[in-house]
Amino acid sequence: MSTKKNVLYGTASAAALALTLTACGGSGGSSASGGTWDKDAVVNIGSLYEPQNLDNTAGGGQGVTEALNGNVYEGLFGLADDGKVDKLLAQDYETSADGLTYTFTLRDGVKFHSGKELTSQDVKYSLEKVLADDSQSARKSNLEVVKDIATPDARTVKITLSKKSISFVYNLSYVWIINSQAKELKTTEDGTGPYTLNKWTRGSALSLNRFAGYWGDAAANKQVVFHYYKDATALNNALLTNAVDVVTSEQSPDALEQFKSNGNYKVNDGDSTTKLLLAFNDKAKPFTDVKVRQAVSAAIDDKKLLESVWGGYGKQIGSMVPPTDPWYEDLTDVDAHDVTKAKKLLTEAGYAKGFSFTLDTPNYDPHPTAATFIKSQLAKVGITVKINTITPDEWYTKVYKNHDFTATLQEHVNDRDLVWYGNPDFYWGYDNPQVSKWVEQAEEASSTAEQTELLKEVNRKTAEDAASDWLYLYPQIVVANNKLSGYPLNGLNSQFFAYDIKKTG
Amino acid sequence: MARYLLRRLAFLAVSLALASVVLFVLLRMLPGDPANALTAVGASPEQIAAARHSIGSDRPLPEQFTHWIGQLASGDLGTSFVSSLPVGPEVTARLDVTVPLTLAAFVLAVLVAVPAGFVAAYKRHSWYGALLSGVSQLGIAIPVFWLGMILIAVFALNAGWLPSGGFPQDGWADPAEAFRALVLPVVTIALVMSASLIRYVRSATLDVLGSDYLRTARALGSSFGRAMWRHGLRNGAVPVISVLGIELASTLLGAVVVESVYALPGLGSLLATGIAQHDYPVIQGVLFVSTLAVLVIGFVADLVQRIIDPRLRGRLSGGAR
Repeated sequence: MSTKKNVLYGTASAAALALTLTACGGSGGSSASGGTWDKDAVVNIGSLYEPQNLDNTAGGGQGVTEALNGNVYEGLFGLADDGKVDKLLAQDYETSADGLTYTFTLRDGVKFHSGKELTSQDVKYSLEKVLADDSQSARKSNLEVVKDIATPDARTVKITLSKKSISFVYNLSYVWIINSQAKELKTTEDGTGPYTLNKWTRGSALSLNRFAGYWGDAAANKQVVFHYYKDATALNNALLTNAVDVVTSEQSPDALEQFKSNGNYKVNDGDSTTKLLLAFNDKAKPFTDVKVRQAVSAAIDDKKLLESVWGGYGKQIGSMVPPTDPWYEDLTDVDAHDVTKAKKLLTEAGYAKGFSFTLDTPNYDPHPTAATFIKSQLAKVGITVKINTITPDEWYTKVYKNHDFTATLQEHVNDRDLVWYGNPDFYWGYDNPQVSKWVEQAEEASSTAEQTELLKEVNRKTAEDAASDWLYLYPQIVVANNKLSGYPLNGLNSQFFAYDIKKTG
Repeated sequence: MARYLLRRLAFLAVSLALASVVLFVLLRMLPGDPANALTAVGASPEQIAAARHSIGSDRPLPEQFTHWIGQLASGDLGTSFVSSLPVGPEVTARLDVTVPLTLAAFVLAVLVAVPAGFVAAYKRHSWYGALLSGVSQLGIAIPVFWLGMILIAVFALNAGWLPSGGFPQDGWADPAEAFRALVLPVVTIALVMSASLIRYVRSATLDVLGSDYLRTARALGSSFGRAMWRHGLRNGAVPVISVLGIELASTLLGAVVVESVYALPGLGSLLATGIAQHDYPVIQGVLFVSTLAVLVIGFVADLVQRIIDPRLRGRLSGGAR
């Protein structure tokens, strides 16, 4: 259930997340690097995220991004682990002086798995597919600035925007380039990546074979098989019995001990983009008052919460921005844990005797644990918390759509999602015209430096306003057999580049 | 007999029709909106409405129902809301796992439970008879998932003899591999199933042992074995068969737990996914097929009972004979 909601949230995010952290195409796990590795190895990957279907514009979900993004399908650009955007199928591009027209030159000699050569028509087709009426792509709304797509010749694509969008190239990294003649994309594929789809058995596994005609460096293994599990214990057992070589994302710290104490495995602690939020309804009393929000933020000991939920993993975070976003700043000192300060702020706000509120809490981990913790922390400053446990579905309708709540817990998985604070209609109702303006200006900035500077302002301002209480950043834990190296470490919830994975023996 | 068969078939058809109505209506009464699973965070009301329209969940219920029944009549289980893939082939593929799993567990359970139940009754005053009764009591109290985890810990994680879960991607293409994958799940179900079966077989046997006809047969010079074979087995089998039918049906429906513990791509896990996503066509498809199976199992159990026990023939067909 929980993953479902993740997926849902994610869908927004989904794609988004996806590339985000990506990364690591190359840098990955290190342990086996010295030995000789088998070029024709089969790598078995265990995951909790099975694709719904294989089309990321038709509700394929998080799983399809994990398995196919970068492995089977490629974009004009790809997103690296440090958040940088790399050229992939685009060899080069130019931006017009007014910032509205982008001219892309495609890489030469790129072939689809069907054998057809990549042309500008395919790029146009793929982008239009994301923008189509029935598209469920998470990036659709970001790409709606596209006004016109021209293809002057087979290797040139000229895209005109309706207004400036500094994130355009970044957003393009979420657009898969698909053969315009391909059919049945929900169950088959025709991409340009280092792997072709071998077989997808729903409910069970998805296997990819090395593509001999790949334009870049060939994959370091012959085949990868994604094995899907619904149950984390079953997944861990599979790793323990060598049925899988690596688990893309461990969701529970309880499972880690058995791997940490076993010399055959390596537990990798990466950075995720998933933040756990205590989201106030900034339009509902008493959270309309900035001092109340600050008081609540200061009253909760995030470090202790993180420790109790994740042990030594994860990070404290002082705002909506994870370290991999370009505009990251460490703001954990703003509204740091301080009970005395919290009490003082409450008195100033006229709540010297405290108050009580209802916390809408999704019914899956870690929310119930976090809610109980928050309840006990806030009791120390006189605030009474009523925990109202709801299903993801109820959350979506009650909180997200109807804004019918006072405060809620939720995980937000996207990278670069600070910009939601610029939208006063978003569910948490944070409304600061200055912030909205900065967000807008940032998107229309002429340089990434300018964009970064503006979003840093947003970051600081929302933190000072305690727009929400950012409890912690989830860890991203990949556990792998020591025979493996070259696997990606970060942002794996949505993306898992398999082509650099090397296996010995 | 022909008349009886016709009546039973008609009854089966009516039950199925009723079940499908109930199933359809109950699903719609669950809280939640299937469009939620189809739209992204940040979706506008128009996008959500469009999602509802695309899956037809904005149409009146009677219309949705007739549409579904119409599809069923032509052998089509519909299209998943979430994946937009047809449900029929999906269900068929999952049956490749669930049917062998259930049947093998059933056969194994019967092979264990019938002799064990008989011994538990016949030797009830000996230490092993009592032990069998005790063990079966205990078995009934054990949750399936717990037993599954224990078996995995012992035979997969420690001994490494069998896989801890999963099913070969190529299914039965390599029967040995597929078989290996099913050993532990089959044993898990069979152990739990046989525990309750032993108790039924035991009490049926006790009934028979204390019966007048057995005593009469023996008084007329029949050996114990011969008397049991000619009279006891038949009489004892009748109640046991109806229990067997119920056990088989409930195993089919209860496979979801075992499939989850062993990560098997069966019907149960398909149902669980469908429910989590409000994917009505998937839930309806799985439940419809399972309902059909349960009704057929009941029908067959009934038929077998009548064949074994002539007295039932007259009674069940309304005394016409």
